[in-house]
Order: sequence, then C-alpha cells, then structure tokens
Amino acid sequence: MARSVPQSRKITFTIIAWLVALLIFFPILWTFLTSFKTEGEAVAVPPHFLFFDWTSVNYEQVWDRSNYPLFFLNSVVISIGSTVLGLVVAIPAAWAMAFSPTKHTKDVLMWMLSTKMLPAVGVLVPIYLFLRNVGLLDTRIALVVIMMLINLPIIVWMLFTYFKEIPGDILEAARMDGATLGKEIVYILTPMAIPGIASTLLLNVILAWNEAFWTINLTASNAAPLTAFIASFSAPEGLFYAKLSAASTMAIAPILILGWFSQKQLVRGLTFGAVK
Amino acid sequence: MGSISLKNVSKVFGEHKVIPSLSLEIEDGEFVVFVGPSGCGKSTLLRLIAGLEDVSGGEIRIDGRDATELPPAKRGLSMVFQSYALYPHMSVRGNIAFPLKMVGEKKEVIDRKVKEAADVLNLTDYLDRKPRMLSGGQRQRVAIGRAIVRDPTAFLFDEPLSNLDAALRVNMRLEISELHQELDTTMIYVTHDQIEAMTMADKIVVLNRGNIEQVGSPLDLYRQPENLFVAGFIGSPKMNLVGGDIARRHDATTIGFRPEHVHISETEGTWKGKVGVSEHLGSDTFIHVDVPEIGQVTARADGERVLRHGSEVWLTPEEGRIHRFDENGKAIR
Repeated sequence: MARSVPQSRKITFTIIAWLVALLIFFPILWTFLTSFKTEGEAVAVPPHFLFFDWTSVNYEQVWDRSNYPLFFLNSVVISIGSTVLGLVVAIPAAWAMAFSPTKHTKDVLMWMLSTKMLPAVGVLVPIYLFLRNVGLLDTRIALVVIMMLINLPIIVWMLFTYFKEIPGDILEAARMDGATLGKEIVYILTPMAIPGIASTLLLNVILAWNEAFWTINLTASNAAPLTAFIASFSAPEGLFYAKLSAASTMAIAPILILGWFSQKQLVRGLTFGAVK
Repeated sequence: MGSISLKNVSKVFGEHKVIPSLSLEIEDGEFVVFVGPSGCGKSTLLRLIAGLEDVSGGEIRIDGRDATELPPAKRGLSMVFQSYALYPHMSVRGNIAFPLKMVGEKKEVIDRKVKEAADVLNLTDYLDRKPRMLSGGQRQRVAIGRAIVRDPTAFLFDEPLSNLDAALRVNMRLEISELHQELDTTMIYVTHDQIEAMTMADKIVVLNRGNIEQVGSPLDLYRQPENLFVAGFIGSPKMNLVGGDIARRHDATTIGFRPEHVHISETEGTWKGKVGVSEHLGSDTFIHVDVPEIGQVTARADGERVLRHGSEVWLTPEEGRIHRFDENGKAIR
C-alpha cells in the first residue's frame, strides 16, 4: 500500500540512506584510491583524498610479483564448483523437505543451520589433519568440497524457502494432467523455481568467492584463490598499503562486477516470498 | 465409460482414521456430489479416487479396472482444484494444452482441441494471456478447459466454486451442470454447500466423519432423510428438530419438520409462541418463533406476510410431514 509521506521526511530519509550507503561503500572506495597512490602517499598524514599523483605502478608490481591468473582461476573453480555441487546436493534435499515433509523436517533444517553457529576454527585442526593425511591439502577438489559443505545449510535453506512458495496444488494438477515425475520437474517445478535457484547460485558464488578462513588455511600455492592472494601482500616484511590495495582491488573487482550486473536478480531472490 | 467403484476403502493419517471403511458405486455418466461439514473426509475421498493419496486399505476400480495402485496420471481422470492450480508461467493456451502435450498428442490435434475447449468456455479471446491477467471466473474456466481437453473417464471437482463471489458462483454452477449435460461424462463434485449439492447432483453422498450417512437423489434425501444428521444437514433453513415429551407423543426420541411444513395462524394451532426475527427473502419469509415448550422453531410464510416482532402466533406442523427418529438417530418409517 502506498502511503503519503511528507516531503520533508522523504528528503531526510534520502539523505540518511545516502550517508549509510557511503559509509558502507567508503572502505572499498578508499582501497581503490589507495591502490593508485605511491607507498608514501598511502600512509601520508593527513591523507590525500583525490589530489595526489595517480600511478599504476602498484598494479604492475603486483602483476609481476605474483601469478594473478592462477589465483583468479582457483577462485572461479572453487566458487562456481562448490556452488554447483551444492545445488546438486541441495535441490533434492530441499525438494523432499518442501514437498513431502515429515515431523522431523523442521528439526533437520534447524540442525543444519546450527552448524553455522559453530566457530569454524573449532574444526580447523581435524579437517586440516584429515586433508593432510589423505593428501588433499592445497588442492582445488578439497576446497570445492569444503566450501560446498560450509555453504550447504544456506543453499538448502534458501531453496527450501523458494520451493515452499510453490503451491502443492499446482504440482498435483500436473500429476493429474499426466505428467511423470521427470516432466513435472522439467515443465512445472523448474520454471517456477528458476528465480530462486538463480539467486541462490549467485549468492553462494559470492559467499564462496569471499571466503577467506578456509581458503587461507588449507592452501599454499597450487589451489590458493584470490583471498589468499590478498593475504600474501600483508607479508611479514611489513605492510605495503598501496600494493595491498591494488591486490585487493584486483581480487574484488570480478565479483563486484558480477554483483552489479545481477543485483536485480539478487534483490528479487532475497526478498522472494516476503510479499505475495 | 466412467464407472467408479469403491470397496471398503479406508484412509488413516498417523493415528487418525479419516475414512474408517467406505464402499460406493458410481455409475457411468452420473453427477455425484460428496457433501458434508468440513473435516468429514469428502476431499480426502476425492483425492483417494484421484490417486493423490494412497489408500490405507480397500480397492478402487475405475471402468472395471483395478486402479488402487495406479499413479494419478494413469487413472484417466481430470481434476479441477479449489485454488484453480493453473500453471502461472504458461499462457491460457499452454495451460489447456498441457495434458495433451503430456500424452504426446500431435500439434494439429492439440491446436484443434484447445480451440474447441476455448470456444465452449468463452476463452477464445484470452488464449495468449497469463493466468494472473484473468478474473476468478475466467481462471476457473481455464481450469475446466484443462480438464475437458483430454476426454477423461471422469471429472473430479474439489470445491471449485468456493473462491468465487456469490453471483459468479450461481453462473458457474449452471455452466458446470450444462457441461455435464453436453459431455455426459461422470462427474464427482465435492462441496460443503448443500445448495450446490441439491441443485447439481444426480446423486448426493452425505459424509460425516468419514462415513456415508446416506446416498440418494437430492429429493430423496430431502424428503426421506435416513437419520438425524442428514435431516439436519440437507435443507436450508434447517429442519426443526424437537425431542422430549412432544417427540414421545409421536413414539419417537426426536421428531423433525421442515419450515415449509409449519402452518402459521394468529388465532389457533398446536403451539403458541412469540415472533422473533423475520427474514424477508422476497418470495418467502422465514419467521423464527420462540415456543416455550420447544425452543426456537423456523416457519416459512409467503413473502407478502408481515408479522411484528414480539407478536403472538400459533404454529401447527403438518401431520403427514413429520419425520420421526429413534434414540440412535435413525429414521422410523
């Protein structure tokens, strides 16, 4: 329902919204600006906001000193691989829980969510030792599986919520109309759940892309993604803010661009079902 | 052919026996209405016939063939849901064509049949619209169109009119009845609305707590209810039911008489009472009278008659129209 809001309140809220948005965006902007400063400018007090000698030397050095394409490729493989694997596991699970629930379905869902409440570091040692013993430390496959397991509760929960929105009557109607289970999935369920599946996919790619704890701890060089790439520039020899900023910008740029282009889908997915 | 036969069919959900054991014969071409209060098991029974629920025991035969274990798709039945259950991502054409597509019908055949169904249901101008762009009545027609294109053995209707407004409901009631005349196919129709049951059915099945209380034509049920439940459920306004000494005078535990079988007089009669609320429907007036020995009695007067609230009247039930029931609620004949 549209309510009439006084003009003064509209202006006030617009200003507040812009301030909050700027506050959230400022660290990214600052990182971006710093990446074009010299190391000296980067630590200057008071800091220079826009008026400094813009330079791309940090990007050249970062590119020369590390294998960015490999880190990038690892990030892509881990985030997309874990999300796709997660969907393969989660779609049947969410399907079963949404359309033929038992009295324990709610408990299972809560239990899955509760695993997210555990501090990750609590299971770091067993997982690290396990991977070391089976020889999977610093491999992409291990990271794909671990990332998938980490995000699985969220994937299942999101899909479950979307599937719940599909009225059971419609599936029953399809069954009455002669659809087999396969046809029911292809012609009715999937088209109706596509927005939900797409936003689940996007959100989880983003989550997996940005995940740093496991990727940094379980990789060294072969399977290290961009999060590890950033970390490698906050090295023991001291902080080089400008280079660190350049590395960070290179790491977050791809996912920011993806997020920018898919923001409509993301917002729609996240508010799906909130308003009928 | 579209005969359906249920033998000792039962359905149990966990501890809860929704349908203890039920047998019923439905003849080919009949319009059968399942009616009863909410929770009486009528929708469950329909879903058992459809195959959307598995029976806990008993046998379902469709067209003489054992269908107890068949999946819904193999039973050759069409269903119209209360919520319409249209496919929101498909056009009206896509919705109506869907059952034909599922059986792998040729494109020309699909096009022809969709066109025919659209003609019958006045949907020709809406074929390319999505369901959300249609009104409630049009959506219901699409749901019916989807049901008729595949020439089913029988149609199942699950309270199809309850989401429509009153005027539209009357129209759709007529349309469905006409459709039945035209197609001459078995229809099973579930409703809690006894007016729908009375106006549409060849045969009414009155259900209560998963049991059949009575099966018969609408007028049989109205004129000769077999028990108190049917007597009280069929008819609007309800039959007047009286127990105690008055019933004993008729050698019964309870007697019942319909509002139209009560004579109203301002001077003489069997019981004296005070006029309460009068409901003027135009053609008839239903008068609720407080009778000290009985309680409230509803009587029908013709639409012209005006009785003041609080005035005194005499009521006399027509002797030959009194229904008598024993202590178990069974009719005494």
